[in-house]
Parts: sequence; C-alpha cells; structure tokens
Amino acid sequence: MSTWDSAAGRPAAKKTVRVSAVKELADGICELVLTYPERERPENAVPGQFVMIYPGDGSHILGRPISVCGYNPVEGALRLVFRVVGKGTGELAALKPGEEADVLGLLGNGYPMEELRTRKSEGAQIALVGGGIGIPPMLELARQLPGCRAVLGYRTDDLFLMDEFQEYAVTQAATEDGSFGTKGTVLDVLRQGSAPDILCACGPLPMLRALKEYAAENGVTAFLSLEERMACGVGVCLGCVCRTTFKDEHSQVNRARVCTEGPVFRAEDVEL
Amino acid sequence: MKADLSVNIAGVTLKNPVMPASGTFGSGLEYARMMDLSRLGAIVTKGVSNIPWEGNDVPRVTEVPGGMLNAIGLQNPGVDVFIERDLAFLKQVDTRVIVNVCGKSEQDYLDVVERLADEERVDMLEINVSCPNVKEGAIAFGQNPESLFHITQEIRRKAKQPVIMKLTPNVTGIAETARAAEAGGADAISLINTITGMKIDVERQRFVLANRTGGLSGPAIHPVAVRMVYEAAQAVRIPIIGMGGIASAEDALEMMLAGASAVAVGAMNFNDPLIMLRIIDGMAAYCERHGIGRISDLTGAVHT
Repeated sequence: MSTWDSAAGRPAAKKTVRVSAVKELADGICELVLTYPERERPENAVPGQFVMIYPGDGSHILGRPISVCGYNPVEGALRLVFRVVGKGTGELAALKPGEEADVLGLLGNGYPMEELRTRKSEGAQIALVGGGIGIPPMLELARQLPGCRAVLGYRTDDLFLMDEFQEYAVTQAATEDGSFGTKGTVLDVLRQGSAPDILCACGPLPMLRALKEYAAENGVTAFLSLEERMACGVGVCLGCVCRTTFKDEHSQVNRARVCTEGPVFRAEDVEL
Repeated sequence: MKADLSVNIAGVTLKNPVMPASGTFGSGLEYARMMDLSRLGAIVTKGVSNIPWEGNDVPRVTEVPGGMLNAIGLQNPGVDVFIERDLAFLKQVDTRVIVNVCGKSEQDYLDVVERLADEERVDMLEINVSCPNVKEGAIAFGQNPESLFHITQEIRRKAKQPVIMKLTPNVTGIAETARAAEAGGADAISLINTITGMKIDVERQRFVLANRTGGLSGPAIHPVAVRMVYEAAQAVRIPIIGMGGIASAEDALEMMLAGASAVAVGAMNFNDPLIMLRIIDGMAAYCERHGIGRISDLTGAVHT
C-alpha cells in the first residue's frame, strides 16, 4: 500500500518521520530536520515543493504546509525552516530529537527545473529572490541550480541561511532597517542593476505583487511561489485556490489549486 | 467468524457501510495513488452543478479546536466535465458511486439530475440542499420543511437513481426536516452537513474567512451529529447515512447504533487519507469481538 511515486505532486499516504534535529535559526524561525524510514524515502525533491506536517496533539486535525528547505535523498533527511506563527507551528517547534511526526508529501509542482536548466545553459541570467520566510525554499533551488544570483530580503541583520546561499549563488541582501546590505527590500536590490532574464521568487504577497509588476515592466520571466490556507494539501478540498488569468483545465473556471497546480506559477498566469 | 459488512441503502448494496463525505474526497482521483478505492463501500463525489461554479473568495478554510471551518462555496467544474472526466475514471473502480448534486435554483438541480439519469456508473444521487436558493433570498433549500418537501418531490420525479436528501443541521428541528424529505419521496437521507460557524482573528481584528461564516466540521460536531441521527431515525423509516466528525471505528459504530445504515467520513480524511480503511477494519474487528454476524444488525440497536 505504501509506495512512493517521486514525480512531482504525487504523494503516497502519510509517513511517520523521526525528528533528527530542532534548532532556532533566528528570532521566531525554527529549523526541523526529519528523517524518513529507509524504505519510504522520496527519490528526490523538486525545489518549491512542500509537505503537510501534522502536529501531534489530537486537537489539531489539519496539517501545516511547510516548504522544503533542503532534502538529502541518500539520508532521507528533510529540512524544514519555518516561522512560528500559531498553535500548529508552535507545536512543531516544540518537537524534540527522537520524537516522531507525520508528514504527507512531497506535494506541489515546484519550480520548472528542466526549463530553468535549459535556459541557464543558454546563458540566461537567473535571480532567485526570497523575502523573509520565503527564503528557505529558495535554498534548495540555489543548490539544484548553482551559479545563479540570490537576492534575499530580511527585516534586520538576523541573516538566517545567507551563509549557505553563498555556497551556490552570488548573494546580495536587503534589510528593512538597513542594518546590513541595501536598506529596503529585494526590489531595491534588483533595481540597482540590470534586470535578470528569469526570476524565481518566494515571499510575502506584497513582495510577489511588486515582483510581478517589475517583471512585466522589464520583460522578465517570473515564477512565483504562492501560499494560501490549506486543508487537505492534495488537491481535493479546493480550499487553497488562486485566481488565474486563464480558465484552468481542472477547475473549468479561473481558479487553480496552490497545492497541486502550484505552488509555483508563472507571474502572468495569476492575479495577486 | 468474519462479519458480513454489507449494507443495503434503498435497494443498492454496498460492500461495507463506509464512504467519504461529499467535498472531502473529490471523485477519488487524487487519493487513488494512496489507497485501493475499491475497498470503500461507496465514493460520494463533490457537489456537481449544471455549469462550472467558481466558489467563494479565499481564505476558504481555517482550523478551529476539534475541527475546521470551510467556505469553499461549492466550486466544481460542472456536470459536463464531471461526466467526461470523473465518471470515466470511476468506471475502473469497483465500488458504488453516489453523485452529490447542488444548485442555485430548482431547475439547476433538475438539469443535473436529468443529465445523470442515463449515466450507468451513477448508483445513487445525494442532493445538497444546504445551497442557498437565490430565488428565495438565499435561504437554503433544506432549511424549511416546505421547500425541502417540494424540491425532494420534484427531484424524485425526474431522477432515475435512488435519491438521498442531505440534511442541514442549521434548523430548529431535524425530525421535522427528516419527515419532510421522507414525505417528498426521498429514498434515504444523509446527515449532518456542516454547522455554520465563524472565526475572527483578534490580532488583525478581521474575519478569517472571506465569506465571514463557514461550515464547521470535524470531531467537534460529532456529538451533535449523533444526536441528530438518532432524532431523525426516530422520525422516519427510510435509511439514514450518518456523518459528522467521524474519526474512528467507534465513532462510526456510534452512528449506526443511533440509527444509521451507513456512515460517511469527512474532515478526518484531511488528517489521515487512509482513515476510512482503518475504520472499516475497526468495525470488522468490533463485530468479531461481539459475535455480530452482520453489521447491518447494528442499525438503530442502541438500547432504549
């Protein structure tokens, strides 16, 4: 019954994973490393995919969707980095090494790696843009697509994961309070130089809106990772839809599922 | 001695009494990779309307203690694509298919019922009368006994398959609405649909759901659902499909003892996609433990 299909967006049933490590990376930002049992390891993760992780307490029935920050298929080690915002994420942050958690995934489409690799090999300039809690999933993208440019937006000089980006990408940072790098946002950094050919982004909605506009103005192909409140995470409940600019094949209306058709969308295909 | 888990609802035999609640399972396509769908007693589809519906603005879902609120707004691709894609898929699945039907007007329902009449794959229809009737100031069709009686009658006239009326709990008396459905000719009833609820984010001082209100489902509603199934079972003789916060075999057995002939599992599918299979196994184990030969003997068997 429990077989893995490693193609993007094809989950098997829930798996029980073991907590290998828990760490506070920055103020309110938690890192969890989870290990899959040997025979139940996904073959690979597509950057931009996520998992639904279930808090252990019986009073919470819904999983929390958390992006993959890193995945090591050899060890079956899944790295999640997330902000603690409420009861569900609070419980996840309280997990201890050796404890177990249930995970459904890997879910979603992720970034279009074949297209990105092809365009990169043709010389396209690619910018990986992460804002705040949108930074962790971009790290797996930077690792699988090395040699790009990374632009990271932080609130202040609590620069979580920045040192790891520097291993794979030419990295620039912006801080809202100006305590490090460019004062302002990722847009301020991007506008300092010439526009890339492609940008891949994840972060708060105002940032995505600004990037969509910037991309349209500058003829940039932009891939945006959206988020929305979820219930099932697998495409069944229709809770997490976004508005599309086209009639979606599955829904027959201008709505697509962030958990299934997404979370990564072409900027021109969605209304934000 | 293995118990006979089969049940009969209005002439249709189900291999066991467990099915998903409409809206929590799609048409089974997404879950097909996780489980053998043929193990289920039936698949109850998402509500189907005559034309594609967009549904409500997001946020559509939020968790609350013991459950969740949803205001999906019955987004669905419409009956044409449903027949072409979902029913075609279900031809490969060995289980009963119950198609849930929704509409904004009486004619909407009849359009769908008529389109499905010649579809052999459809074993039963479940009519969602929690949809607001746009012609009557958006009061749900199922909210007063007179309109429920009327729409049941109209649908029963046109339908080829047995008709299950799905009752809303947001009424003053469930026994009264159950009787109205039975009087209108319903072959069975299913209950409960979700209970209207609301959540406010106090930090942002805003409604969490774009629709403001949403339907509460999950374990929090289970005791209310058991009570309503019992009251309905006392009021009517047609079979009852019980649902509302079922999270275990015990919860499902409770429903049967209260008067249900079969059960549906909804919100808990989101917590554990395999939960229905665990419930089927748990119900079989219970029967063996108690020396019960046929699970259908449990219907309404609570001692009074």
